[in-house]
Amino acid sequence: MTGMTRRPGFFGRGYNFLILFFLYAPIFVLIAFSFNSSRSRSVWTGFTFDWYKSLVQDESIMNAFYTTIIIAILSAVIATIAGTFAAVGFFSMRKKWRTPLLHINNIPMMNADIVTGVSLAMLFVALGSLLRVNFFGFATILIAHITFNIPYVILSIMPKLRQIDSNLVDAACDLGCTWMKAFWKVIVPEIMPGIINGLIIAFTLSVDDFVISYFTAGGNVMTLPMKIFAMTRRRISPEINALSTILFLTVLAMLIIINVREARQEERLKQSQLMLNR
Amino acid sequence: MTKELIRLSDCKVAFDGDVVLDNINLYINDKEFLTLLGPSGCGKTTTLRIIGGFLKPDSGDVFFDGARINDVPPHKRLVNTIFQKYALFTHLNVFENVAFGLRVARPDDKKIDKHEISHRVIEMLEVVSLKGFEKRDVSSLSGGQQQRVAIARALVNKPKVLLLDEPLGALDMRLRKDMQNELKQIQQSTGITFVYVTHDQEEALAMSDTVVVMEGGVIQQIGTPEDIYNEPKNAFVADFIGESNIVDGIMRSDGVVEIFGRKFKCLDSGFEPMEPVDVVIRPEDIDIVSPGKGKLTGTITGITFRGVMYDIIVDFHGFKWLIQTTDLCQVGTEIGIQIDPDGIHIMKKSRFSGMYGDYSSYSAEYDDIGDAEHEYEPEDEDEA
Amino acid sequence: MKPKFFAVPYVVWMAIFVIAPVLIVVFYAFTTADGGFTLTHFTEMSRFLPVFTRSFRLAFISTIISIAIGYPVAYILSREGQRVQRLMIMLIMLPMWMNFLLRTYAWMSILENTGLLNRFLAFLGLPQLQIINTPTAVVIGMVYNFLPFMILPIYSVIVKIDKSLYEAASDLGANTLGVFRKLVIPMSLPGVLSGIMMVFVPAVSTFVISQLLGGGMVMMLGDLIEMQFLGSTYNPQLGSAVALVMMVIVILFMYVMNRFGEGEEKAVGL
Repeated sequence: MTGMTRRPGFFGRGYNFLILFFLYAPIFVLIAFSFNSSRSRSVWTGFTFDWYKSLVQDESIMNAFYTTIIIAILSAVIATIAGTFAAVGFFSMRKKWRTPLLHINNIPMMNADIVTGVSLAMLFVALGSLLRVNFFGFATILIAHITFNIPYVILSIMPKLRQIDSNLVDAACDLGCTWMKAFWKVIVPEIMPGIINGLIIAFTLSVDDFVISYFTAGGNVMTLPMKIFAMTRRRISPEINALSTILFLTVLAMLIIINVREARQEERLKQSQLMLNR
Repeated sequence: MTKELIRLSDCKVAFDGDVVLDNINLYINDKEFLTLLGPSGCGKTTTLRIIGGFLKPDSGDVFFDGARINDVPPHKRLVNTIFQKYALFTHLNVFENVAFGLRVARPDDKKIDKHEISHRVIEMLEVVSLKGFEKRDVSSLSGGQQQRVAIARALVNKPKVLLLDEPLGALDMRLRKDMQNELKQIQQSTGITFVYVTHDQEEALAMSDTVVVMEGGVIQQIGTPEDIYNEPKNAFVADFIGESNIVDGIMRSDGVVEIFGRKFKCLDSGFEPMEPVDVVIRPEDIDIVSPGKGKLTGTITGITFRGVMYDIIVDFHGFKWLIQTTDLCQVGTEIGIQIDPDGIHIMKKSRFSGMYGDYSSYSAEYDDIGDAEHEYEPEDEDEA
Repeated sequence: MKPKFFAVPYVVWMAIFVIAPVLIVVFYAFTTADGGFTLTHFTEMSRFLPVFTRSFRLAFISTIISIAIGYPVAYILSREGQRVQRLMIMLIMLPMWMNFLLRTYAWMSILENTGLLNRFLAFLGLPQLQIINTPTAVVIGMVYNFLPFMILPIYSVIVKIDKSLYEAASDLGANTLGVFRKLVIPMSLPGVLSGIMMVFVPAVSTFVISQLLGGGMVMMLGDLIEMQFLGSTYNPQLGSAVALVMMVIVILFMYVMNRFGEGEEKAVGL
């Protein structure tokens, strides 16, 4: 082994731990103060579960939470379905059409969130005055979320489509499938990892989004990030700390489960390949 | 008694104005092993895709058992395909890959019940010696095993015709030879018509009943492997199949051809007197004699040991010939050569005349052929 | 049905919800409140020149700091074993699953005058720092929030560099530093470029970080736009004009970056 492939030394590892500390310090502060008995966000006064109790009773926070989850699920599912069809469609187009369409598809990803949010809000205003209705609310947030989610779904499916053997669909047709049947029986299963990946990305983006929701909500509906923002303007209730602790631990648990499963699958694959080489 | 099964008549295909197939006329007999042979881009795979139904010819007709099938989609044809790189379904295991075609209702019969499916799949896996691999992931298999899955997946549907698109291209040399024998055996025992696409002339000669040599979207020659090798129609075929020295000649009369100003006896006739022709002389048909006794005299410029024989390059007035001999020679010596009448083959001039068959212009020829690196690898060293 | 028609519904969707909004922004940017053509919004914008320069300056500083901090992380990480790499990547991504408002809010409680940092400094007997409501606080917030977006693309490029290239380079006489300069840096440049885009664009357009950590004292482009739409000074025409200018600058920036990246890739091209 040469010098370059050596494992990092004490200083390298120490540096990376320092960065991890930088990344996690604020989060630990949040978690710690969710158990603080006073409202203070910097003075520790004692341990309590009160904020968790009052969190469940705080209707406005819980409503914002439900809204966020419902919008995230709906927008992720719709964006994933639409994005899957769109990706397959783009993929089977001639380059002449595909390239410009993919560029347009990239606009919401490239644009700053604030520009996407503002421009969508203006569209909703224009449509509203045209049709004499006020759209603003749940529907506009949902539309906005679907719009910014689809490009990410397409982005995660496209590489999977490129990996597919170009003869795979022909093979399915050769074995008796119509094109539609081949789509469901072969293409969709083959790109499933990309679809699921897209679904997860869409869901997390949607849960995390503040800026675009903020501009497209129109003051009638509040998602959790909007609620948090509104509270930071005045005084944040430690209930929010409690909620974020719960969310954080949920994500942590999910990640651990996913990773353990993946590691096991890889282990199994390695073993079967070892058997093959013998 | 042979019966015609497939006929392509006047099939033409162009992609974006580039003609890929130019008026192809071809018939394939039942139970025949037919090979479409040619360098990449010659239209062989396109022809295969027309038969499989993945591509409609821009003009011309395709017949199957006498019926026109231009508009019959692939899933309704009694034809199955083994694709390049196999195109296995990686989300399914070995059993499910093979069972795929049985689970989808076929055009000729109704739904097959579960019992029968598993029976036929297991039987087929036995044929390709993959018994016990049913539950395995296809991605965990070796190249040869994946190849067998692809064969089983196609054959389990009992097609009338099996199309094979360079099926051995991804395998290493030894495995290729084994699989060639195995495929030939499967073809003979099942009696299924095989249409085989390859750019490997040895493979084509070894396996086929009929070889179709293609180049530039045009069929250059159709015939048995022996015909193609012994009686090539033009310089392209002569060069693509095996090694050949191709030189300009003039037909003096029936049975006499003039090369480099010397008259040689040959067996060909039917040309105009004094007609310019291409003369093919296979390297193994040339006898080396002492300089005085030969019809032509040349200098050895290169020798490569090939095991059974030597490849030697001989310079005749600036034109380099390849000669295969078992005699040991030295570079720089002068030799004479003798050619028996049956070692000479005369061809009419064609658009390929002058493009091939001179072993001093090897590298230019290599560019023309494009991808046919497998056939030409050995000579590379001679010229270097 | 042909597969390419699968994209038709989404193409219609894009026309309505991607292209039309952009066109509306362009339209508003060039019209007066009663609908006439005007360029006054752009001339008026010179009033906000300090906001533009501040935004770009802070975003630039944050991007540079992110590279300086993130590049070593990615490089060191790429030399760890498989398991450690996987764990570290998970740990770097995990904070992103916590809402960034909350993370930024956490920094408020750390940096504020009576916050944890100053309490800690007081505990050590050191002088107090006035960080909250200054550009420094905004930069800290931006670096903190966007650092993972710098580390991940760089890491994903470095980790793909063929290990045998290192060996080839040192075999050809390059020492550790030489290998790093001649091999790792040029080959990781595409990752750095996409990291720059992923950090710079959200940094230059943020209004949350500047409002929470800058306390309204550090006005940035995002704040300016937000004010025109939802703030005290409702003026969607001016807001559109600012948004349009920002959009154009971002697109130009990306174009230049892409060009730069292509040139580099060609130079490195193996």
